[in-house]
Amino acid sequence: MGAIFASVVAILLVVAPASQATSPSPTPSPSSTSSNFSISGFLRNAGAPLPDVKISVSGEGFEGSTTSNANGSWNIGVPKSGTYQVELDESTLPEGVALAEGQENPRQLAFGQTSNQTTIFAFGAGIVVQQGNFAQDLTNRLVAGLSFGLLLALAAVGLSLIFGTTGLTNFAHGEMVTLGAVLVFAFNAMGLPFWLTLILALVGGGLVGYVQDAGLWRPLRRRGTGLVPMMIVSIGLALAARYVILFYFGGATEQLPGAQSAEIQLGPISVSPNNLWSLIICAVVIVTVGLVLMKTRLGKATRAVADNPALAAASGIDVDGVIRIVWIVGGVLASLGGILWAYYRPGVSFNMGSQILLLIFAGVTLGGLGTVFGALIGSIVVGIFTELTTVFGAPADLKYVIPLGVMILVLLIRPQGILGRRERVG
Amino acid sequence: MDFASILSNAFGELISPTTAAYALAALGLAVHFGYSGLLNFGQAGFMAVGAYGFAISTLTFKAPFFLALLIAVVAAAVFALILGIPTLRLRADYLAIVTIAAAEIVRYLVTTNGWTAVTGSANGLAAFEGGFFAMNPFPPGTYPMGMNNRDVFIRVVGWSLVIVAGLLVWLLMRSPWGRVLKGIREDENAVRSLGKNVYAYKMQALIIGGVLGALAGMIFTLPRGAIQPANYGTELTFFLWTCLLLGGMATVLGPVIGAMIFWVVLSLTQGILSGLIESGIITWLSTVQAGQLRFILVGVALMLLMIFRPQGVFGNKKELAFA
Repeated sequence: MGAIFASVVAILLVVAPASQATSPSPTPSPSSTSSNFSISGFLRNAGAPLPDVKISVSGEGFEGSTTSNANGSWNIGVPKSGTYQVELDESTLPEGVALAEGQENPRQLAFGQTSNQTTIFAFGAGIVVQQGNFAQDLTNRLVAGLSFGLLLALAAVGLSLIFGTTGLTNFAHGEMVTLGAVLVFAFNAMGLPFWLTLILALVGGGLVGYVQDAGLWRPLRRRGTGLVPMMIVSIGLALAARYVILFYFGGATEQLPGAQSAEIQLGPISVSPNNLWSLIICAVVIVTVGLVLMKTRLGKATRAVADNPALAAASGIDVDGVIRIVWIVGGVLASLGGILWAYYRPGVSFNMGSQILLLIFAGVTLGGLGTVFGALIGSIVVGIFTELTTVFGAPADLKYVIPLGVMILVLLIRPQGILGRRERVG
Repeated sequence: MDFASILSNAFGELISPTTAAYALAALGLAVHFGYSGLLNFGQAGFMAVGAYGFAISTLTFKAPFFLALLIAVVAAAVFALILGIPTLRLRADYLAIVTIAAAEIVRYLVTTNGWTAVTGSANGLAAFEGGFFAMNPFPPGTYPMGMNNRDVFIRVVGWSLVIVAGLLVWLLMRSPWGRVLKGIREDENAVRSLGKNVYAYKMQALIIGGVLGALAGMIFTLPRGAIQPANYGTELTFFLWTCLLLGGMATVLGPVIGAMIFWVVLSLTQGILSGLIESGIITWLSTVQAGQLRFILVGVALMLLMIFRPQGVFGNKKELAFA
């Protein structure tokens, strides 16, 4: 049980591999320290506390160490807020006890708004295989992967639409993802009701999409700037936007309201309500986008522009208008994807979008550049691959590597992607 | 504000080994993009392969300096081959996505805990520079600008390497081989119709630029005596692109001057901003935020350069890899 406890807390506090534990996390009992800031945690192996284990903390010009007490808890006071390195001395562990697989030691710990930081070292055979029930593990990971894949798809569909209509490979799309989550956090901090923050964040995303197109990309298209220079401009924009967000938001990871929730049991599957909501929202939104694309005049016009802008313009379609709408929709979708990503990780940070940018690219490339349904399928494949790799024994800190590797392999065998057409590739 | 120290810091950046490493890596990018039209967004990966190839062969396999150097260079060439085989036949933007993904894969692989014994995971590796500094011909003592003999040695080696590499690239690009390469950049199909093996030429260019990147990775890590995987993220690649585009992409001097401008401007803005903050003239910024402001400027500079002067300071507009 202790290993499960430990792993739950590990997920919430450290960026650690996901698990399917079902218990709420206990908080370690605070012990008295003289300084205002402290780092604490508790050490338990299979329910039994681990006393007399040495933990050392260094950073911000401070160095100190402590040993865990009889009930396994430890606490070190530090002089100020900042980033510290916490190291567990593995040689002081009792015989037969080892850190679980994928547990970072030493690890970096950054203070956010609070004066106490908790970090949990999980012990035992490893978080990934703790339940030993392979089939259940597999289904749970499949659901999580589907949820992750669909939220990637939200961003990927926008990216793919933009690529299809303008030819731009937009490296700044990750920052549009970050923006959604950051806006929700900012509006929430201003005390607005939660539903309003969501609407404002989505509107903000759409607005940024519109402003980007009107202020930057349309003038560049007018100048006849080539696709490669535009791609490099988008890299500059991504860099600038990322540091603007860092400038105002800071380097800490913050939580959105309701980010932590106990998992619920749905038949054989255990899933967190957040993931379930994310799944439903993504499915509804993507089906809507698909229906609009296939059934409405606007959708037809969009597909026409994607196919051949010159011909579309000649047949009376307002190409610039379509592209403007595509940018707005892309911004809204990226924003929504960002909010859901903040709940999936969980946490909001300035680089959360650039973390998944390559996975979004992988989804788009896998499906075939410029095809919307390809982006959907590619993203789901990427999401499921990402989550399933840990089930099949790959180290949790390599879970983003495998989909990227798969993308390179697919390009080797089928360069046009799953749904792409052969002539699109030069 | 102490203008003298701000200026001397900025001047120090002009000849620092980091600037030399950036110049070398950007020269590699010039071979890739400026001369051959290959969109390599994984130069940070090549640098990581070079740095880790050198450090791991020194620490794990106890290789002497020159063998470790050779291993690092060969590793970078192999990395270029692996990257090039699937992607050089594809459209340019595919190469961009694949190279950036491959560079991230390298970074994840050296960060994973599974191989801590070899790669040191997130903490990286240290204490592999002994073999290099054992060859230091400069006697201990004090040198101009407060340098010691190690500082002088790494600067001499770093900048000699930049000069040799620059000469080599210059000679290569005015050779028949270089003319074919430029032809590929201008019109791949025209060159193919002349019976040239475009794929092989592109692969050779990718390997040469990648090896320059690997050498840059070594120059980058040797003075620090430590490697950290976090230094080899995608942002390093983007900074290198900024250097390349500053100077001019299809020139030999461009990337070198670009790297110098990049670091001098970064150092100057940091010095002036923190000077203004300390003297209380700017109160709406913290020192940390001043550091972030510089990178906002880098991003904006990259955009403006690309839009208004894509040929850079030294470049010739006719020699752009894109229309």
